[in-house]
Amino acid sequence: MVGLEHYLAVAAALFVIGIFGLFLNRKNVIIILMSVELILLSVNINLVAFSSFAGDLVGQIFTMLVLTVAAAEAAIGLAILVGFFRNRGTIDVEDVNVMKG
Amino acid sequence: MTVADYAFYLFAILLVASGLFTVVARNPVHSVLWLILTFLSASGLFVLLGAEFVAMLLIIVYVGAVMVLFLFVVMMLDVDFAQLRGGMAKFMPFALLIGIVVLMQLSIAFGDWTAADGSQALRAAVTPDLTEVHNTAALGQLMYDDFLLLFQLAGLILLTAMIGAIVLTLRHNPNVKRQNVMAQMHRDPAKAMELKDVKSGQGL
Repeated sequence: MVGLEHYLAVAAALFVIGIFGLFLNRKNVIIILMSVELILLSVNINLVAFSSFAGDLVGQIFTMLVLTVAAAEAAIGLAILVGFFRNRGTIDVEDVNVMKG
Repeated sequence: MTVADYAFYLFAILLVASGLFTVVARNPVHSVLWLILTFLSASGLFVLLGAEFVAMLLIIVYVGAVMVLFLFVVMMLDVDFAQLRGGMAKFMPFALLIGIVVLMQLSIAFGDWTAADGSQALRAAVTPDLTEVHNTAALGQLMYDDFLLLFQLAGLILLTAMIGAIVLTLRHNPNVKRQNVMAQMHRDPAKAMELKDVKSGQGL
């Protein structure tokens, strides 16, 4: 029988994969943004699992809010990325030091 | 094991495997495709949990919109991705270390916990019986009644994101000729042309 802990384990695994991806792809901003999406998805799985097993619908409402924020974050992140690429001709984030004081 | 259990394990394994391939894939286009598979498996898990509306939302919003946006940006930017992958072997030990540390921290909290005694009574919106109200209808009732402010604020966040993305990416090319409506409307025949009285036989 699949219980709450099974879902929490999957979400934890996905969260760790997201963190791992953040540090593995230190240069490529696109993959970093995707890793952030993975982390937010794992949080969503946690929220929906608790919502389902506790019988409380509010968790799913908050899942939708997280989804909205994640979509907004992806849009702005990609816009910044496109602007950066136009200026510098690369997306290597290790070169992002023009604002360094 | 029932069919639902088999479906859970199928979706869970697909989710974790495709998540891993997302972060280690060499080609960013493949990364995006793996991420789409991750979201599809996650929406399968949501259906198993009885949250159909969120599952369909995940497919429509993520696979339909956000992933297409990612795909467009990856294909539009002319980047030498092979050069960006260069440091991967260098970062691998550090990334593995961080990953294992976070995994251990999460597993500390894992086994030994119980729900509080009063937790069942503290539920803010008890899920109605599925035979009476469907998931989507129940969520709609809750969202438009109790969480109206939150709903509006989410719309505001999206508006901010839209304005931000447009401002960040819009650029005016000075070489493009544009129509100046005000100048056109204030054109005056007296200034636009000049009448000369030409004497016959002489010309100008």
